[in-house]
Amino acid sequence: MSTKKRLAVNKTYKLYLGGKFPRTESGRYYELKGRKDALLANVSRASRKDFRNAVVAARKAWSGWAAATAYLRGQILYRVAEMLEGRREQFEEELRAQGSPPTAAKKEVTGAIDLFVHYAGWSDKYQALFSSVNPVATPHFNFSMLEPTGVVAAVAPEGSGLLGLCSVVAPILVGGNTSVILASHARPLCAITLAEVLNSSDVPAGVVNILTGLREELLPHLASHMDVNALLLCSDEASEAKLAQEEAVENVKRVTLHRDGPLEESPYHILDFQEIKTTWHPVGV
Amino acid sequence: MPEGQKEDAAEAKPRSAKAKSAGGAGKSRYDFVEGDRYAPAPESSDHVSLKDSYHLFIGGEWVRAPRRLQTINPATGEVLAEVGEAGPRMVDRAVGAARQAYEKTWSNMPGRERGKYLFRLARLIQERAREFAVVETMDGGKPIRESRDIDLPLVAAHFFYYAGWADKLDYAFPGRRARPLGVVGQVIPWNFPLLMAAWKLAPALACGNTVVLKPAETTPLTALKLAELIEEAGFPPGVVNVITGAGKTGQNLVRHPDVDKVAFTGSTAVGKLIQKDLAGTGRRFTLELGGKAANIIFDDAPVNQAVEGIVNGIFFNQGHVCCAGSRLFVQEGIADTVVRKLKRRMETLVLGDPLDKNTDVGAINSQEQLERIRVLVDSGKEQGAKCWQSGQKLPRKGFWFKPTIFTGCAQSHSIVQKEIFGPVLAIQTFRTPEEAVEKANNTPYGLSGGVWTDKGSKIFKITSQIRAGVLWANTFNKFDPGSPFGGYKESGIGREGGLQGLAPYVELR
Repeated sequence: MSTKKRLAVNKTYKLYLGGKFPRTESGRYYELKGRKDALLANVSRASRKDFRNAVVAARKAWSGWAAATAYLRGQILYRVAEMLEGRREQFEEELRAQGSPPTAAKKEVTGAIDLFVHYAGWSDKYQALFSSVNPVATPHFNFSMLEPTGVVAAVAPEGSGLLGLCSVVAPILVGGNTSVILASHARPLCAITLAEVLNSSDVPAGVVNILTGLREELLPHLASHMDVNALLLCSDEASEAKLAQEEAVENVKRVTLHRDGPLEESPYHILDFQEIKTTWHPVGV
Repeated sequence: MPEGQKEDAAEAKPRSAKAKSAGGAGKSRYDFVEGDRYAPAPESSDHVSLKDSYHLFIGGEWVRAPRRLQTINPATGEVLAEVGEAGPRMVDRAVGAARQAYEKTWSNMPGRERGKYLFRLARLIQERAREFAVVETMDGGKPIRESRDIDLPLVAAHFFYYAGWADKLDYAFPGRRARPLGVVGQVIPWNFPLLMAAWKLAPALACGNTVVLKPAETTPLTALKLAELIEEAGFPPGVVNVITGAGKTGQNLVRHPDVDKVAFTGSTAVGKLIQKDLAGTGRRFTLELGGKAANIIFDDAPVNQAVEGIVNGIFFNQGHVCCAGSRLFVQEGIADTVVRKLKRRMETLVLGDPLDKNTDVGAINSQEQLERIRVLVDSGKEQGAKCWQSGQKLPRKGFWFKPTIFTGCAQSHSIVQKEIFGPVLAIQTFRTPEEAVEKANNTPYGLSGGVWTDKGSKIFKITSQIRAGVLWANTFNKFDPGSPFGGYKESGIGREGGLQGLAPYVELR
């Protein structure tokens, strides 16, 4: 048979939720158009219910992921980089389809791979950087160390479909948190492909959950959910920041704001999603 | 309250140090269960300088506010002094003075020099510590033994600690440079009035910020006296401004557009309002809010020591402590023993004149707070928990509440879920460590917790599983300027104390 006649097998882009790839429970979608207005995908338009299910999955996965050793978390992040490297052509193609010039697409994928390598190395180091043994005036061994904040919701940068998303996922993930991430609305393809990478890199089910959909619909729910401990919002819109901070009040959610662009590589972004625990241990016989 | 007595101390002669000082060594001279027979030992207050009337401290001057508030001694109901109530204009003036001081002097001053001002202030506090302790006790109702031995030493230590950071900030944040934020608005509570002022002021000033501080309505005096010391220490005018008033004054300060950062310690309800007020403004905030700490006693714990820890956990400062061990979890096998010993120990607590050096339990801070405690205790009875109170006689004047425990509590009871902020303990039992952890974490709060066991590995396992910011193992309610303090979840955002306590007061570049 001639290859010219062969019909390509298109991918259905769905959500990533609890380690599975379901369609949105709402059955809704939005059309993603590429060059010459060609349909790239009917992207799942996640609902509030999908988000709530994702939080349940994230909470369930949290105790296991938070208790994983730093070494293991580092290994898994490095594995993500390996898997990304092996699939770079697919990511580049998706980026190009969504409008990136070829060189920019190549650069973005390289950046994403290197970013995971960078954060993989932080897994067993940030604790030493930010922890302390505190000299107290009583006979106690007193120390402060970091613990993951818990379930983190994040709105990934709109303008950077892969690197932006990875720059959000990696610092949250390496710190032992579980997360629900809302991908870029205009550039959602790499998000679901990244989910496939995470899924085949031993990131346990539910540790990262990725939704596609409308920001204006989902942001209030991300910010107000009572079982979400922290929110990262990448946005240049002052009104979104205000809305997120107002909705976050009811459970004293920690809100981190960032401009609409990839987070620079920094251990301080890991620190954004950590709590400091101080323990007093008596010294004596 | 002292902890760590020898094995039988809690049962036979729990207050051995005191018995000795009163001239008796054995238990024969005193029958603690029948009631204490200590002769009154009031701390002298004749050396205390207290004016009839105080003004607002703004821009290095004492400014008279037209509206006045009275502050009373909650142990007697008598008026101690009159203070100003800062309206919006005064708040604005104070923020303006702080802004000017920030730009003209404080932010440009070498850290070494800023530090020296703080060292000097720490010394002045040490020199006049007893006087301040007496005023703290008169204005707030806490026992002199606590204000003298805990609050004041910690206040001085806190200024000493952060004084030393002022010229070392470049070492505190690897890879970054720390810059001050500007004008900080600080609103503090009535349970540790001067200590909370120290916790707020010391790191803010060390980092190069200037401050407008608002003490609580019912306990303004030591903050105003601290302003006098700040004046005496020669701080540039406007670096610290102290404005008194009620909730409205605090709200005006928090909402002031020229305040760059807000630091608040108080109830979770008010903390949420502040978080909402600041939404979308780009202004920073830290919150130290309520708590409902679990104090977990395992069956391999040193029981008598644990009983002392339970008492210290919930009756320290009449339970007006955000990190109070207000939920007790006792492993089933020792529950009866612990409750029996606890009741005995509670009968020996000396309740009364806060200025008396023997007093363990002082006055409730205000009529309003007393009402809040009563309502919650009544709800505990109505919802079916079993209430027990020790037998102390309450003074006729002032605001008082007996040390109280509830047994037979369920997770759903209000006394288990809500912060009471009084001398009221809710007791529950558990069988397995997993159950203890699950119950302990079943609360929106996450400020502190306690674990009692003789097994070291168990301590580390359990303390790492409790979702709270401060964990005490075989001790409770310990504080130190070098030790970060602050909550998880709805107990707040940010830390105070230690290296980590600098972060809320700097911008990293």
